[in-house]
Amino acid sequence: MDTLTIWRERLISKTTKPTLHTTYRYWIWLSFLILIVGNGAYQYSKQWRYGLVVTDMRDRISWGLYITAFVFFIGISHAGTLISAILRASKASWRAPVTRIAEFITAVALLVGASFVLIDMGRPERIFNVYLFGRWQSPIMWDVMAITTYLTASIIYLYAPMIPDLALFRDRLSDKVGRFRRYIYETLAIDWIGTPKQLRLLGKAISIMMLIIIPIAVSVHTVVSWIFSMTLRSGWNSSIFGVLFVAGAIFSGVATLILVMAVLRRIYHWEEYLTQKHFLYLGYLLAAFGAFMVYVNINEYLTEGFKLEEAGEFAFRQLFIEDFAFMFWFYIIGGLLGPVVLMLVPKTRTITGVVIAAVLVDVAMFLERYFIVVTGLRVPLMPYEPASYMPTFVEWSIFVAGLAFFLLLITVAIKIFPMFAVWEMTEEHELAISRMSTTDQDTAESVTQGHTIGHDAPRQPDRSQGGAP
Amino acid sequence: MRKKPAKPASQEPNSLDVVDRRHALKYLGIGAIGAVPLMASARLMDGLVRDVVKGSQTDVQAADPGPATTKSGRIRQWSMIIDLKNCDGCQSQGTPPQCTTACIEGHLAPQPMEWIEVYEAELAAGGTQFIPTPCQQCENPPCVKVCPVGATFPTPEGTVLIDQERCIGCRICMAACPYDRRFFNWGTPPIPPEAALADYDADVQVPASRGTVMKCDFCPDMVRDGTLPFCVQACPNDAIWYGDLEEDIATNGRTIVKASKLMAENSAYRLKEHLGTKPRVYYLPGHGESVGRDARDEGRIPTEWPWIERAEGAATWTR
Repeated sequence: MDTLTIWRERLISKTTKPTLHTTYRYWIWLSFLILIVGNGAYQYSKQWRYGLVVTDMRDRISWGLYITAFVFFIGISHAGTLISAILRASKASWRAPVTRIAEFITAVALLVGASFVLIDMGRPERIFNVYLFGRWQSPIMWDVMAITTYLTASIIYLYAPMIPDLALFRDRLSDKVGRFRRYIYETLAIDWIGTPKQLRLLGKAISIMMLIIIPIAVSVHTVVSWIFSMTLRSGWNSSIFGVLFVAGAIFSGVATLILVMAVLRRIYHWEEYLTQKHFLYLGYLLAAFGAFMVYVNINEYLTEGFKLEEAGEFAFRQLFIEDFAFMFWFYIIGGLLGPVVLMLVPKTRTITGVVIAAVLVDVAMFLERYFIVVTGLRVPLMPYEPASYMPTFVEWSIFVAGLAFFLLLITVAIKIFPMFAVWEMTEEHELAISRMSTTDQDTAESVTQGHTIGHDAPRQPDRSQGGAP
Repeated sequence: MRKKPAKPASQEPNSLDVVDRRHALKYLGIGAIGAVPLMASARLMDGLVRDVVKGSQTDVQAADPGPATTKSGRIRQWSMIIDLKNCDGCQSQGTPPQCTTACIEGHLAPQPMEWIEVYEAELAAGGTQFIPTPCQQCENPPCVKVCPVGATFPTPEGTVLIDQERCIGCRICMAACPYDRRFFNWGTPPIPPEAALADYDADVQVPASRGTVMKCDFCPDMVRDGTLPFCVQACPNDAIWYGDLEEDIATNGRTIVKASKLMAENSAYRLKEHLGTKPRVYYLPGHGESVGRDARDEGRIPTEWPWIERAEGAATWTR
């Protein structure tokens, strides 16, 4: 038990490090993000004054970068659900150190994604009409309901497992941090002292939320896809859209999680907890979803492309050989097959390889969202020349500001909230030690299963140095 | 019963426009807590009440004239029959299509909106035909189905209107319309100054307002007053018939005919019939041959907005 206490103390000191120590580089990074968000706000003020005429959207291509950003960020928000809920439900022990980060990404990405709907609206000041006159026959209404539910659920799901850690921060940091953070810890820890009853209740709450949040998350991106597939547009007229969107959402969510993890690991020296194993497991998930996405895409485009109806042919051409061919093939080859290849080749089965795969996936998924939105609208409905669309500086500024706002929220959260689920990681570590001692004479299989990351890392510190030069 | 924007419908958003910060927060709170149940119950109750007191005028303004009816009290079912044999895209006039021009002048439609647009389509075996295309006034309207706030709505006369005072500008109706017949006020609409003086009504859509969707409204106010829509009046070749399917009658301003007979004898068809939208606009096939047009005479004069230099401060945009 003594080694366990030492292990735990070390974990606590590592977890509280970002909360207690702030370098000048942090402030530079923070001001940089604020600057970009500020520019986005300024550009939006122009849009507020002059209307959407400052964008390049017009009657024929009436949705563009904003809706792309909406779909993209809501997609990223599926990181938390998959990693946290699905892996928790399937009792994958290696998940413990990555869940908190994943859950933060979920909540933050949802906030950013939902705000892009407001940014895209012609009359944002009338948003309350949605509540006053809402028609639940409308796909937009389904979205409003699904996303608000998901946001609420994911904030609860982020908060509940954090309570013991907030209590830990309250106990350990109260005299080391300012009044603001002390207030946050004291309030949010809601008198947690870790009694058996509290633990039981918390366990129950987490189990319930974990089961509820999976169908909610699946419904969210399905409903997002229905905004498109409920219309009479050739490129969007697809029954597999829901699957394509949900799989793509989890895909890009995992990629984003990998990237955030890689950056935090580097900055705060969390190599001990976010090991190569985590990156590889996430990389395998990425590869598996990449392969699945290839399958869905074949279903989507072969059924269209084989028949080549009139409008279908136009939609097919612009993606496969004309204006959007570069994006499309980058998406298929780089974004979907790329991670599969990177994970198959032993040489690239490293942290660097996984990070490269994640970058490819995120870029490709953004492009996919973009070409789905734009090419679907570009197919001419009547005898006119196909319209063109190129996002303006205002649109790009606001999109980049959305990205910066996403990073800003995470950057700020790091200074306040525990980024590791200390209590869960300790539990897993304890479990692993006990399992190791009981299965000494057992088969090799159970030993490998018992190898949790936390236990694994100190014994083999060299493993974690794969991607960190 | 006419589903025109009821009084509370048009006033709530306005009162929200001027809320101060404290009230905004309050509304936000209400919105966050009560979003789903509030919305569901309000609309459900609305629907229930309307079903129970069917035919009563509970949510209609006193001044509302109600739907147009025949002498025996049956509600008119407006429709349009466009005879493509008579349409030469106003090539012989040497003018922009007169239906579009009259529509723009009559409705003060912002540039570049052509609520009735004359498309030039290729014929299967060479040559072109002109297709004047107003809103198809679908009986199964995809745009109405997707609107989140009921800003676009069907009328008892079988047409589809837009309440620009309720529209939130999400543009899903534009994505849903398979005929490209919806237009958005991307900026401050380029309209003549006199339009700003008009009292807004969904029947006429004047004055246009930024960030909302517009389209052909089938001129319900004009036909109620016993005149024909601007496009019908203006067509030099009498190619556009306006009529009532309920009474089975149609007129192009010169003759009155039995609508079903005109359509049956001329093999009337509808655009994109396979989509099942059931448009109220019928076409009689042709390429302007009865007014002497050669199918190989391509091109027409582009549309103009006569007041554009008077629309001060408005940024114009292209389609």
